[in-house]
This record gives sequence, structure tokens and C-alpha cells, in this order.
Amino acid sequence: MAKEILGTTWTVYDADTLTQAEIYGQVLTDLGKKHPEIVALTADLAKSTKIGKFQDEFPERFFNVGIAEQNLFGVAAGMAKSGLLPVVSTMAAFASMRAAEQVRTDICYQNLNVKIIATHAGLSFGSAGSTHHCTEDLSIMRAFPNMTVVVPADGIETANAVKAAIAHEGPVYIRIGRGFEPTYYKSEDYGFEIGKAVKLREGTDITIIATGVAVLQAAEAADFLKENDNISVEVINMHTIKPIDREAIIDAVKNSRRILTVEEHNTFGGLGSAVAEVIVESGVSCAFEKVGIPDEFSIVGYPEDLYSHYKLDSNGIIDKVREVMGKDFEEDDNWEDEV
Amino acid sequence: MPLSDKEIKDLKEKAAKLRNDIVDVTFWAGGAHIGGAMSMVDIITILYNKYMKYDPQNPDLEDRDRFVLSKGHAGVGFAPLLAEKGFFDKETLKTFNQFNSPFGMHLDSLKVKGLDASTGSLGHGLPIALGMALAARVKNLDYKTYCLIGDGEMNEGSNWEAIMAAAHYNATNLIPIVDFNKRMIDGEVKDIMSIDPLADKWKAFGFDVIEIDGHDFNQLNEALEKANAASERPVVIIAHTIKGKGVDFMEDETKWHYGSIDSTVVEKAKASIAANS
Repeated sequence: MAKEILGTTWTVYDADTLTQAEIYGQVLTDLGKKHPEIVALTADLAKSTKIGKFQDEFPERFFNVGIAEQNLFGVAAGMAKSGLLPVVSTMAAFASMRAAEQVRTDICYQNLNVKIIATHAGLSFGSAGSTHHCTEDLSIMRAFPNMTVVVPADGIETANAVKAAIAHEGPVYIRIGRGFEPTYYKSEDYGFEIGKAVKLREGTDITIIATGVAVLQAAEAADFLKENDNISVEVINMHTIKPIDREAIIDAVKNSRRILTVEEHNTFGGLGSAVAEVIVESGVSCAFEKVGIPDEFSIVGYPEDLYSHYKLDSNGIIDKVREVMGKDFEEDDNWEDEV
Repeated sequence: MPLSDKEIKDLKEKAAKLRNDIVDVTFWAGGAHIGGAMSMVDIITILYNKYMKYDPQNPDLEDRDRFVLSKGHAGVGFAPLLAEKGFFDKETLKTFNQFNSPFGMHLDSLKVKGLDASTGSLGHGLPIALGMALAARVKNLDYKTYCLIGDGEMNEGSNWEAIMAAAHYNATNLIPIVDFNKRMIDGEVKDIMSIDPLADKWKAFGFDVIEIDGHDFNQLNEALEKANAASERPVVIIAHTIKGKGVDFMEDETKWHYGSIDSTVVEKAKASIAANS
């Protein structure tokens, strides 16, 4: 690292040079100084999840339980039940599936104050293949009562999410990538709040609701479409999948009447499904499409190539927006009148 | 220090009383895991009457000793003990298993005062107990965490993850006790999925092992005294027990793993408990 990082205010420099996970490691260490109850746990992924800094600073509050994720989350539950604030880092695939029952029954059922930092989510560990991809976790975690699910767009938002999670009472699942993703935010000061979507672009023709790495891609797609296709695209960063910001979704439906969700997750059960539930329950009709990983096991490749393959990059989003805009919804005679 | 004759008499009376209560609650509940509840009675009786520090008026006391019932299906055996100790009114146990009762087959720590962890899914208790023990170390508190594990659940891999980690951290403030009653739902443990040689397995994972008769208060006392004094290596107590212990027609009968009883059986069971104590 070329620069000493002080405090938890992040600069453009930090955002551009530190990975999501590195920023998380630094934030956790800073929080550890203020909160003696914070303990950090991992399962042989201290290096991969970048919590080594915390280990150096607070060796007696760091636990590496080896490659044993069920025990990892059970131990975290016992610690939380005894008044500590465990922050558990491991890969999303193992946090959400190998130890799913411990997360549900030991942590969520007892409503324990455990924070899960699930790294390498989505396709971010592209070359590792489907064993280490994770395109199911949002669906799984969303179904656990008491759980809050947050998907930061980049490192800056990860810093905000970790701080907000520590301040929040109860279990939180924070889903991040491997840490090599380009960043959207330039500063932490944009009013991050768990459960509150952030509007990134104003627009009237269509609304893209994106989460995680798709946020930057959606914003870039919106800028391109405005300039080249004269399409006015609203962009919403839905960083919290649960509890979802219903008001932001319904406002968007009423505003543009065309919704496109974009996520690095199976199109079943994640952001798209959560948004669809809100729309259908609202009784307001609109055009609706989901972009995500189709219901299949993802292929191997560099993440950028995979994002392109699954149409999660700005080019894919642009194509999808054009397709939705080209659809004829006028077959429904009352289209313009329905609210 | 060995137990005095008076202490033994007192523990035996308390155990008989708890066995009677378990019969009542099983009757009220319409059915329960009575066999495994009876096998652990003497273990939890000595823990809650001689070894553990706790305050029913202040169940969240920070430096209290913890108890995790990893064999959560035996909640019917544990809830009456908590009631007897004054955590809640025994009358509330009449709702056991009924609609929206705080008491179901597997007890819920958010609803049952004095219960240190919600358990039920097997292989979960020991990791949670280990977390409590490690938390004591972080917080510089000297409480002990006891964890009662069923023999059948020694099949669960997650237990062995926790045993490995407990030895690695030399968590001598964690005291696992195996209720080795030799039976699981489908039959005898040795026939369904053998856990033998159980003591050697724990030793190979880094524990000192004390094997005792889990119904002999003198042996329980001596084992708990040693386990509490451990510093070099953590200690597990393997307590050989009898499923259904105390009710002669239930003893060592797999069919009483889970059972419903009517008022006639209640009387027979209580008569047997009285005759055996």
C-alpha cells in the first residue's frame, strides 16, 4: 500500500487503489479501536478476506478456526450470545451454503449481533468456477427472519456498510466481491443508510435498479443512452436487498413505468425477485425485466468476461434497455391510464 | 472433595423429583423425548445444584456459568429443572407443545428464561458453547461453559470441527459432557453409525477424557472437579448412562426414545421412580 490510511474517511485515491476487501479490513481495524467488543473470525481466509490488519492490531480478538465453516458460525453465535460483536469473514459460497443452517438457526433464530462479510460473491472469483462462484446467497439470506442483507456497490460503500452494520443491532450479511472491481463512489458522504436506496441518475423513460458491481455499469449505461439514444434513464443503487426500499421502487414505477433490475446473482430469488414482489403487491403496472445470471451454473473466466457474457456490463445493460424501450406496451389499451 | 452422605441424599432426591416432573411434562406435552431426558437427569442435577453459578433473578448475569443443551430434543428434561430453580413458574410448563407456547420440543432461548442457547438441530451446541468459552477469555471473565452432547449427535461433523478447535485454543473453560446412553432414534448407536472408540477419538483430537457412570453422583462429582481444574488440556466427560433411567420399563428401550404417556403410565412411571430412588 503506497499510502498511510488515517481514520475512516476515504479519498478518491483510496477508492482507486484499495480493493473492496482491503477497505473493509481497514475499516474493521478502525472500528476495533472504538469497540472492544468487536472480534473478527475467519476460516483460513484471513489473507483472502483482508482481515490480517485486524489480526495484527488485536491478536487476542482474532480467531481463525481453520477450514471449518459450520464451527465458524456456531462459535460466532456463542460469542454474540456472550456479549461480543463478532464480524465473520469467509467466501459467500461457504457463508451462505456450507454454514447456512448455522447462520439461520444459531444466529438469526436467536437474533444475534453477528456481522457476516461474505467475500468473493457472484462471479468475482471467475476462474475458480461454480464451486467458488456464489449466485444464490441473496435468495438464501433473504429468507432468514431477522437478517439484513446489504450489497455494496464498491469499496467506499463497503466502508459505509460495515460501519452501518456495526451500529445496527442484529445479524447483517454484507456481500462483497473479490476486490478488483472498479469503483463508483468518490467519497463516503452521500447519505448511506441501511434500507434506503440511493438515486444516482434522474430519468423518466426507464429505471434501472442495480446492486453491487452492477451499479457502476448501470450508471455508465445510463450516461451512454442519454447521449446516444436520447433515452432518459433513472438509476437507483439498491444496496440493501432486505429490508428493501419499497417506497423507492414504487416511486420509480410511477415515474418511468419501465423497470430493469441488474444483479450479479441468479435471476431467481435475489434483487429482481425482491423488486418484483414490491411491484406486484403495489398494484401499479409497469414493464419489468431482470438482468442477472440465468438459472444455470456459471462458466469459468475472468470476471469482466463473465459480466460481459451474462450481459451484466454496461454494453449488456444498454442492449437490454433498448430492447425494453422497443417493446410495444400499447397493446394494453389502458396503459397510459393505469396508476 | 468427595460428596458427603447428606449431599448425595439431597442430589438423589432432587434427581427423583426432576424425573417425576419430566413424567408430568411429557404427559402435558402429549409426548416427548423422555428416554434421553431421563438419561441426563443426574448430570444436570449435579451441575445446577452443586457446580454452576447463576441467578434466576438475573438470568443474563455476565459472569454466570453457561450450560448448552446440545441434545436439544431433551428440552422436556431441562425445562422443569429451570422451573425448579426459579427461572419461571412451573405451571407454565402445562402449555408445553401447545399453540404459541414458549415451550416446544426444542427450547427457544428468546422465550425460555435461563436457557443459554436455542438448540435442536444436532451438532450445533458445542460450537456455540466454544464461542461462549472463548468470549470469556476475550472479556477476562472466569465463567465455565458446560455442553451436554448426545451420543448419537457425535455422528455430526460439526462437533468434530468444534472439538478440534477447542483443543487448538486449549479451551479448558469449556466442559463438554457426552450423555452416552447408547441409543438413537433408529436403534443402538453401534449398529446405526458407530462412534467407537469414542474416548480414543476425543484423545486423538487433543482432549483428556474422563469416563464415568453418569448416574453415580460420586463419579460425576470427581469428574467435574477434575474438569474444572484442568489447565494443560481441555477435559471431556464421557458419562455412560441408561436411556430412560429411573423408570424400569423405559430403561434401555429404544422405543422410549420418544413416547406419549397416558395417566396409567404416569402412575406406573412415578411408582418406578419412587422405588428406584
